[in-house]
Amino acid sequence: MLSAPRTATGRTTLPYCHHSFHNLQELRHSASLANKVFIQRDYSEGTVCKFQTKFPSELDSRIEKTLFEDTVKTLNNYYAEAEKIGGHAYLEGCLACITAYLIFLCMETRYEKVLKKISRYIQEQNEKIYAPRGLLITDPIERGMRVIEISIYEDRGSSGSSSGSSTTSSSGR
Amino acid sequence: MKNCEYQQIDPRALGTPASTPASTLPHPRKELPHPRRKWEVFPGKNRFYCNGRIIVARQCGVLPLTLSLIVLTTTLFFTFDCPFLVAHLTVCIPVIAGVLFLFVIITLLRTSFTDPGILPRALPEEAADIERQIDNCGSATYRPPPRTKEILINGQLVKLKYCFTCKMFRPPRTSHCSLCDNCVERFDHHCPWVGNCVGKRNYRFFYTFIVSLSFLTSFIFGCVITHLTLRSQVLNLNGSGNVVELVVCFFSIWSILGLSGFHTYLVASNLTTNEDIKGSWSSKRGVEESGNPYSYNSIFTNCCVVLCGPMPPSLIDRRGFLPPDVIPQTVTSETELHPFMTKNDTNMEGNCQEFAVSCTA
Repeated sequence: MLSAPRTATGRTTLPYCHHSFHNLQELRHSASLANKVFIQRDYSEGTVCKFQTKFPSELDSRIEKTLFEDTVKTLNNYYAEAEKIGGHAYLEGCLACITAYLIFLCMETRYEKVLKKISRYIQEQNEKIYAPRGLLITDPIERGMRVIEISIYEDRGSSGSSSGSSTTSSSGR
Repeated sequence: MKNCEYQQIDPRALGTPASTPASTLPHPRKELPHPRRKWEVFPGKNRFYCNGRIIVARQCGVLPLTLSLIVLTTTLFFTFDCPFLVAHLTVCIPVIAGVLFLFVIITLLRTSFTDPGILPRALPEEAADIERQIDNCGSATYRPPPRTKEILINGQLVKLKYCFTCKMFRPPRTSHCSLCDNCVERFDHHCPWVGNCVGKRNYRFFYTFIVSLSFLTSFIFGCVITHLTLRSQVLNLNGSGNVVELVVCFFSIWSILGLSGFHTYLVASNLTTNEDIKGSWSSKRGVEESGNPYSYNSIFTNCCVVLCGPMPPSLIDRRGFLPPDVIPQTVTSETELHPFMTKNDTNMEGNCQEFAVSCTA
């Protein structure tokens, strides 16, 4: 499976439950990956990018349901903004068509702008909410927009008991 | 085509300043002389040029033929017909032909060299998670659970099929192109003439190409006929160049016009060629309310959404760099699978043999 993060750089390992976590890289160095949870897409409204807001049971002991739902809903709103059909999108499309789509080479589309915003949002959420709880969200764009991947990390010391799929370890918080 | 910054933001690189590009990430030990880009280990059957900026299908031998036919016909038109038509009619003719020609060539190249909307294959963990889901919904019978998932889209039941190559349930409207060995979103068809799949990301380029090409062929055809008519009134009929043009135009005009007409119908009803051929949403399938669940019920909206909607990003990030620790995994993802994955198609035969042996023993 996905091996542990990058080669350690000789940093002293910190257990993730401490509040001294300022850096996501430290989480990856100090804790071992226990499991991954995948939030699937919600296709009920067509092929627009939308993720299911159902709370996965694996995260039960790790994070409050409302916090998780907030994150997913915000992400869904961002994607809806990116894929919104309306005057602005049509204008951009028509302009591109008239210029034989050469404008795409030098102009950043609204979709790309929103994707950057999403990427910043995920980074911020990871730092503020998820990393202190031993969780990390991966940007869906890196997973083909199919899933939101949430990695669950466990403290190195107690990781011996984790057997890949057991996630609700008592060593949490 | 363009280097997208957002795709290179790696959560592992969060500790470094945001302005540092992924290529210069400080790494303590240099195990590799050159950081490898993702297109170099891309699992599908595509060819990449210009360090991953250009993507085409493996068999793209017909693309030069398409290009040379267009260029040849237009060159013949400019050398044999234009001087006469400019002298006798108007200067507008070469200008219009030139603009149309440029438009056709640019849109053709954009169609051929753009990622059609390829979905990256599932990483082993995601695949294992899907296997777990399939196992959970299967009952305790000996037959393996079916590899389909039924979902409701706009109140209509749609079946998602499992892709054994990409190790995932294909999202709606996605289909696996056997020639390129990729799942392509909103898959229309694999077009050998443009040497690429036509899908979500390049359908608008393809449609503009077809429409502008039909304008160009009709224009040249009309001009050649005008030229011949005028000339036969003035002089005797001669010139072998016009005959070649006439023949090429005559045979291409019907197929191109037919194709643009067909695709105009598809755009207006928000369908893909794939869905139209399969008859996925045709009314004869029993249930009367089974229309196209993706249509907006207005021809105008459908056209705008398909041709002028927001341009989705490329998901395969082919110019991105491979993280050093993921390299071996990406390459050998077929073999290095979780024990959950023993049910995939390649191992199926082995399992059957084992089963047969255990039965006879």
